[in-house]
Amino acid sequence: MKAAVVLFPGSNRERDMAVALERATGEPPAIVWHGDTTLPKVDLIVLPGGFSYGDYLRSGAIAARAPIMRSVVEAAERGVAVLGVCNGFQILTEAGLLPGVLLPNAHGKFACKNVALRVETSQTVFTGGYEAGQTISVPIAHHDGNYFADDETLARLEGEGRVAFRYVGGNPNGSIRDIAGIYNETKTVLGLMPHPEDATDPSQGGTDGLGLFTGLANALS
Amino acid sequence: MHITPKIVAEHGLKPDEYQRILRHLGREPNLVELGIFSVMWSEHCSYKSSRRHLRKLPTKAPWVIKGPGENAGVIDIGDGMAAIFKMESHNHPSFIEPYQGAATGVGGILRDVFTMGARPIANLNALRFGAPDHPKTRHLVSGVVAGIGGYGNCVGVPTVAGECSFHPAYNGNILVNAMTVGIAKADRIFYAAAAGIGNPVVYVGSKTGRDGIHGATMASAEFDDNSEDKRPTVQVGDPFTEKLLIEACLEIMAEDAVVAIQDMGAAGLTSSSCEMASKGGVGIELDLDRVPCRETGMTAYEIMLSESQERMLMVLRQGREHVADRIFKKWGLDVAVIGRITDSGRVVIKKDGRVEADLPVGPLADDAPQYDRPYVPTPPRKRLSPVDVPGRPIKDALLRLLGSPDIASKRWIWEQYDHLVRGDTVQRPGGDAAVVRIEGAKKALALTADCTPRYCEADPFAGSVQAVAEAYRNLSAVGARPLAITDCLNFGNPERPEIMGQFVGCVEGMALACAALSFPVVSGNVSLYNETNGQGVQPTPQVGAVGLVEDWTKTATIGFKTTGDVLYLVGETKGALGASLYLREILGREDGAPPDYDLAAEKRHGEFVRALIADGRISSCHDVSDGGLLVALAEMALAGGLGATIDPVWENATTFLPAHAFLFGEDQARYVLAVPAPFAAAAEAAAKARTGVPLKRIGTVGGRALTLGSLGAISLDDMRARHEGWLPDLMEKG
Repeated sequence: MKAAVVLFPGSNRERDMAVALERATGEPPAIVWHGDTTLPKVDLIVLPGGFSYGDYLRSGAIAARAPIMRSVVEAAERGVAVLGVCNGFQILTEAGLLPGVLLPNAHGKFACKNVALRVETSQTVFTGGYEAGQTISVPIAHHDGNYFADDETLARLEGEGRVAFRYVGGNPNGSIRDIAGIYNETKTVLGLMPHPEDATDPSQGGTDGLGLFTGLANALS
Repeated sequence: MHITPKIVAEHGLKPDEYQRILRHLGREPNLVELGIFSVMWSEHCSYKSSRRHLRKLPTKAPWVIKGPGENAGVIDIGDGMAAIFKMESHNHPSFIEPYQGAATGVGGILRDVFTMGARPIANLNALRFGAPDHPKTRHLVSGVVAGIGGYGNCVGVPTVAGECSFHPAYNGNILVNAMTVGIAKADRIFYAAAAGIGNPVVYVGSKTGRDGIHGATMASAEFDDNSEDKRPTVQVGDPFTEKLLIEACLEIMAEDAVVAIQDMGAAGLTSSSCEMASKGGVGIELDLDRVPCRETGMTAYEIMLSESQERMLMVLRQGREHVADRIFKKWGLDVAVIGRITDSGRVVIKKDGRVEADLPVGPLADDAPQYDRPYVPTPPRKRLSPVDVPGRPIKDALLRLLGSPDIASKRWIWEQYDHLVRGDTVQRPGGDAAVVRIEGAKKALALTADCTPRYCEADPFAGSVQAVAEAYRNLSAVGARPLAITDCLNFGNPERPEIMGQFVGCVEGMALACAALSFPVVSGNVSLYNETNGQGVQPTPQVGAVGLVEDWTKTATIGFKTTGDVLYLVGETKGALGASLYLREILGREDGAPPDYDLAAEKRHGEFVRALIADGRISSCHDVSDGGLLVALAEMALAGGLGATIDPVWENATTFLPAHAFLFGEDQARYVLAVPAPFAAAAEAAAKARTGVPLKRIGTVGGRALTLGSLGAISLDDMRARHEGWLPDLMEKG
């Protein structure tokens, strides 16, 4: 699997992501500059976590309009897998690749801690490394992770099996229906708030996040 | 404009200090020059009250690459790598405007570290607030914590450790001390000394605005009832720009272009340019028309004294300006050549073709007045005998202590900090020390921040020894070899002899402990005038410490892990209850001398514990500090979700101790170890093989409670409710 990680001004988990991808695939990803207009030929595009453009205006809003995003959208439309984590998820919603929005956490504070997630389906390129219904423990670290969409959108997401992950045993940010991550219609674009990349090595206190990357590597190699 | 005594006073300069300026110049300064002198000679920048005492601190060891005097201290951590770190106060601005004050404190200390070529890998902080029920406390706690998080989270540096306590002495002056730790190649460290006559002086980062003018002067005077009027002197931080600045600076440092670099912190362009020139023994000429400004019509005075954030000054090799241009523009940052290095030994400031200031570098940077302020030592307090302190029911006392402000869990704070970004956090907040891996290697740094102000108030010398010793213990308890410390010395008004006496006592205590433990001070900061209407803070010589872990898989954590593990207490217990939390929280008394220190024992016990951890023979380890043995055991039980049965060892102690003295005494140089039963005999033999390492078997891990024989059992659930409940209740209820 060949992967590219897009670097925006203010991205700060690109290194965590690159390390996790290398752990799963043995190969470091390409790092792509936000101002570029073309992507290398890859199987997976990752928008990493951080505070692109300082979260100014709205988290993800400015990055969604960066020059590279036109190529990301085109690649996604061709079926290339796209993963957005945390700020990457926010950028995907702002770019229109995923429905809904990420509001500030209901409690109004930044939250960094491990949470339990239920993997809703194992039948996607992202989650082949897990069993459906499996609970995994991975960290969150965000201020704006409170997913919201209107009833019609939610009904469609649920009906089409596009809720990827749900918080279990406590919702850390007030997100509607405990949603932690969602897919696009073709389940080739995934956005999620938690950070599986920071749970890929025993030194990080757990390896529950590694399955996402090994699953991707298996599905896309 | 004629300089009147009123203008001199408004600049925080004393009449005799002004006379000193006149002598140096041989003429009257203009307003710009007076402003430059006032910030360079402020307490904050010149250390004029503290310098003669700071010289007493040990600053050398074979592993110290650079001690105090640069932006941060540098130590060798092997494999060609260096750790670079410093702690700094942002007390005055954080009281006036807690979010921005704390945020810019983090920004400033980050710059001190990446200025030297280091990639910041961890932040820590130490916070002191007033009484929990003081009307301002909640506002200050929530603002400071949000500010630290808002800045650190955005720049992508994990905030991994810290401490937080409360006392009415901080009602009018909170303390916000922030520390950054970075790593660099040991042969790629950058310093501030300017060199190379004719080399360009390059300004990078944010534009200069009118914010923060006279921040350094504000931090050099005590507060009164009108301190809130000083809000306009607090700067506004932009962590997004800082993040870009980190990346751009590290990128240009990888090229052969930078001669010297200095961040613009307190006193902004003034101190950065003067210090670079002074350290290099050269002159500097600046053309302020080229400084990128946020607003039009800024005067030379405003540009020189602005404390706008996220700015750096560099001296580049001639002809390498285009490298800076390329890199900083790529990151969307301002870059401008604003001057050059000269051989004149003078700082010359030009604007609109006029010379606005022309001052000799030497007097500004090195000939600030030095004061040998009179001081009176703090009178010693009575030592309390354990039997002088009444006992209260143990179970109730433990629960009250666990829910008391200084012991209660600070989870509400550290969950607002991203403590995981960069993916190298091995031990998270909540233990004795954080452990952060060095870029995926086996090697890791252990980090802690420690001070017990109530001990320092009782006895500045002994309290300061204890602060260093506790840092040494916290590093040892995770299995790290203690290497060096940074300090942040927070005191009241040094013009009062009793405050100066506290300062001198603390510096001398720190000097003794650092020397005895081979734990040198490599960087630091002094914050005086933490005082409002004559009421000073408790003396707070904050220690931030760094230790080295050779292999992160051989570290210890505090949580109990396995039923049947044998519990040991390392060190002697005499029941020291003077100035203890038991005395304060249970009996409402703050009297008595603090616990005795024994630095030789600290060293022996620390070495013993580290050797056991390195051998992989223990399950968990925790130092014994606030609240004594029983609180330490409770913290281990809560962290592991597993209880313990404690033997009534106090009943057969060689000298009689009441249970409450044994269980809540804060005797120093102690640790609790949980050892797998098969290794118990080996651990006992290892202690016997060393002389002077008392090891007492005190119980066994297991169950859902701390069971204390005839004293009863205290359930994990009850303990957790108190320990985790206090801070959220304070902040979010009522």
